[in-house]
Amino acid sequence: MLRLASKRLLGLTSREIPSRPVQILPRLYHENVIDHYNNPRNVGSFDKNDSNVGTGLVGAPACGDVMKLQIKIDEESGKIVDACFKTFGCGSAIASSSVATEWVKGKSMDEVLTIKNTEIAKHLSLPPVKLHCSMLAEDAIKAAVKDVELKRAKLKGNSSADAANAPIEKAADA
Amino acid sequence: KKRHVITTQTEHKCVLDSCRHLQQEGFEVTYLPVGSDGLIDLDRLRKEIRPDTGLISVMAVNNEIGVVQPVEEIGQICKEFNVPFHTDAAQALGKIKVDVEKWNVSLMSLSGHKIYGPKGVGALYMRRRPRIRVEPQMNGGGQERGIRSGTVPTPLVVGMGAACELAMKEMEYDEKRIKGLQERLLNGIREKIDGVVVNGSMDRRYVGNLNLSFAYVEGESLLMGLKEVAVSSGSACTSASLEPSYVLRALGVDEDMAHTSIRFGIGRFTTEEEIDRAVELTVKQVEKLREMSPLYEMVKEGIDIKQIQWAQH
Repeated sequence: MLRLASKRLLGLTSREIPSRPVQILPRLYHENVIDHYNNPRNVGSFDKNDSNVGTGLVGAPACGDVMKLQIKIDEESGKIVDACFKTFGCGSAIASSSVATEWVKGKSMDEVLTIKNTEIAKHLSLPPVKLHCSMLAEDAIKAAVKDVELKRAKLKGNSSADAANAPIEKAADA
Repeated sequence: KKRHVITTQTEHKCVLDSCRHLQQEGFEVTYLPVGSDGLIDLDRLRKEIRPDTGLISVMAVNNEIGVVQPVEEIGQICKEFNVPFHTDAAQALGKIKVDVEKWNVSLMSLSGHKIYGPKGVGALYMRRRPRIRVEPQMNGGGQERGIRSGTVPTPLVVGMGAACELAMKEMEYDEKRIKGLQERLLNGIREKIDGVVVNGSMDRRYVGNLNLSFAYVEGESLLMGLKEVAVSSGSACTSASLEPSYVLRALGVDEDMAHTSIRFGIGRFTTEEEIDRAVELTVKQVEKLREMSPLYEMVKEGIDIKQIQWAQH
């Protein structure tokens, strides 16, 4: 449904004149961003050793943006029942990851892989200079899904699941 | 012919940009590095002076970190080698004692709006003995001894003069008062939260500037939360490019701390209530953002952040 909506929106902008002028005041935050900043949804942590929890850690402190997004899977249905995040980054980064956790809840893992950064950016009216924040949020979702799929595969693969700690923490590859 | 200019890495953008322009015209420019306290190394300066050095430009007070360079000593070195000394004293005027004889400056840049004067006016002090010559900024009617032609903007100039006069009277009192406020701010914050680093030397600093880094909290997100306080950040997100402040980089600040800095400015009209309010808001926001920070969480779990292999973007 999200895919359809975003396609429609993108289709519209090529045919119609936009109803409001584009980006004359790049310094103002969209109210959605401010909302997510003041009332962040789903801040927190799950137990990363839980086999139903997928953790996506993306970004780098050197770039000024680090996002950790965690999803909790329902064992039987494979759907995401809960999500939480923690972000070191600017207001747009915090809002992007907060939006990401809201959007993944209740969806299946395949569905969330289709969430695009452009959708997040559109929802928050991010200016061009902040698009990388939404990009990072998309990467975080993908990384979290990859992580939990790996865990579940390991569980199915060997009975003695030593799916817990790796000796050195490694950030997921985008 | 003199083709060499020496300046520092922490100069204001206007000086650095002008130097870059000079480089394109064929001059050679040396950008002196600074130590972690923001001060230049005088011995290094000595070594860099060449027979064809035409100008040394070092700002008196840095606008971002508030560090006061050892201008007297630099002036002595310039006298020794007979090189003209230019200083950007925009932030120094009316705040610290400016003595052109002691400092041995040949050229000094001043700004009106930094001392509570009107915007749109500045001044360039030019030494008479020995006379320093500059090329005219604008040609035409010959005003300002031919250096800057064009009708002198009387209201702006009078405004700057009046501001200077006031500053002279108020400087000592201001400094004492502001120093108290700065301590109040710093102690107030340090009492409630840890992981606070002051960027730049603590002793050689102008009292009205406090540049703090809050570990594990990004600068722009903190700015969003400090709505009532006018502060600025040296983090990448707040500049148009994604580069963190070059001044902080020159200080050698760690990459993960470069995005976390906030600059507090205290002035003649700042009140104690405002300081207290700033402390309160800052502490609250920093705590809230640390709760949201994965880096803080990792540190609490005992993971060494520097060991992690991050995925670059």
